[in-house]
Amino acid sequence: MSDDRFLPVSRRGVLATGAATMAVSVTPAFAQTHELTRSRSSAGKPSMAKVSFQVNGEPHSLELDTRTSLLDALREHLELTGSKKGCDHGQCGACTVIVDGRRINSCLTLAVMNEGRQITTIEGLGSPEAMHPMQQAFVEHDGYQCGYCTPGQICSAVAMLDEVKAGVPSHATADLTASPKLTNAELRERMSGNICRCAAYSNIVEAIEEVARGAA
Amino acid sequence: MKAFTYERASSPAQAAAIVARTPGAKFIAGGTNLLDLMKLEIETPTHLVDVNGLGLDQIEPTPDGGLRIGAMVRNTDLAADMRVRRDYAVLSHALVAGASGQLRNAATTAGNLLQRTRCPYFYDTNMPCNKRKPGSGCGAIGGYTRQHAIIGHSEACIATNPSDMAVALRALDATVETIQADGKTRSIPIADFHRLPGDTPHIETVLNRGEMITGVVLPKPLGGVQLYRKVRDRASYAFAIVSVAAVMRPDGGSRVALGGVAHKPWRVEAADARLPDGARATTAELLRGARPQQENAFKVILAERTVAAVLAKAKA
Repeated sequence: MSDDRFLPVSRRGVLATGAATMAVSVTPAFAQTHELTRSRSSAGKPSMAKVSFQVNGEPHSLELDTRTSLLDALREHLELTGSKKGCDHGQCGACTVIVDGRRINSCLTLAVMNEGRQITTIEGLGSPEAMHPMQQAFVEHDGYQCGYCTPGQICSAVAMLDEVKAGVPSHATADLTASPKLTNAELRERMSGNICRCAAYSNIVEAIEEVARGAA
Repeated sequence: MKAFTYERASSPAQAAAIVARTPGAKFIAGGTNLLDLMKLEIETPTHLVDVNGLGLDQIEPTPDGGLRIGAMVRNTDLAADMRVRRDYAVLSHALVAGASGQLRNAATTAGNLLQRTRCPYFYDTNMPCNKRKPGSGCGAIGGYTRQHAIIGHSEACIATNPSDMAVALRALDATVETIQADGKTRSIPIADFHRLPGDTPHIETVLNRGEMITGVVLPKPLGGVQLYRKVRDRASYAFAIVSVAAVMRPDGGSRVALGGVAHKPWRVEAADARLPDGARATTAELLRGARPQQENAFKVILAERTVAAVLAKAKA
């Protein structure tokens, strides 16, 4: 690897090149499958629709296949690849983004359903140079191993603290009429929609607790 | 996912009319269950009518002292509403026992009522399922039945209703309000809203084609101690194996409903009357005629113990 023409190589670049190579090698089979799918769905050929929303403060107008999830719109059309696709079924939380101030699974909403909305992704929370306090805390407390769930964990944690502040109860809230306190049990319950396959949970909890203390 | 066309409705009546006249059309609200099923091509709508943004997201008092919950009120907002927390605590408890924070932020009141079963044979398109493909048979019967129904099921289907919210609504005797394609509205008692599977398990509610839920009405507050106890395989973010919604009133009129045991929230009014006699008598009445599968006979015992735990907590 003395030839540094190949550097810097982003992981995204490597993945894109890999995918392109693969597509070339399987073109005949892919074409056949594609034809089959098209003919089978003659009554349901792809339908396009327009949608406009703001992502991290910037307005975007897109024309998308109606099937495009918000997650795919962010990743594949706006190249904001911080939000991750884990299960694509709302079970893992890796795709968590903040829409109009609320955390949701971006894999389980159609992009076209988000007309006029304000979307915040991990890229909008902070940058390597100017990290959001939650990002900083995850770094300091080593709140990850592989990092794949981390953008979803951080977006979820940021919006979760706002939910506590707004008094939203959880399954761990014993007294529904009191303002919830962010105990360890409350924090774990409220973050149960974000799965970490590396099980960095104890450090994730410490990171979130530190931010919660600072914000209190 | 199969391709579909998409439009935003301009009013509930218009949405109902479109879905009624368009073959393959469906409403979409939060989308958390429908999109999941569309990705697996278990649901294959050819047209989606978006019913968000129609002003159905308010919770308002009714003239007779109850609450009217708009169909598009998100599960989080319903659980967090101070009137619900104070006067209908069983509903708030049930809502936060379900799904995850992210899902509750998107999922709606109407969508929660219409969510499909999580029977693994319904989800596995390689298996027969009368609910997914009428007439194909039931893969669950004789299969892995730990999660399945123990009462009210049929030879065609042993799936359970997965909703926590609906169990609380059944205990509270809520009413579902709808609008039909011709603009007529009707009120459906929650007891009549979900159907037992019979030989048509693919028809899960009494809604007509195009009929749209506009809201859910809670009667005036019942008072008492209101509890929801959910037993599941994980401490959080899992569907109920058995759940119990209870409203315990010291002066009589207590009621109890079970989740995770049938194709609909399970309440037997005669069992309510047995609550003063304890968990065994109550559960015996609730589950009279139960026919568990080989792997879920434990649910009968678990239901009794969960009712006992709820009764003990209500007294404490």
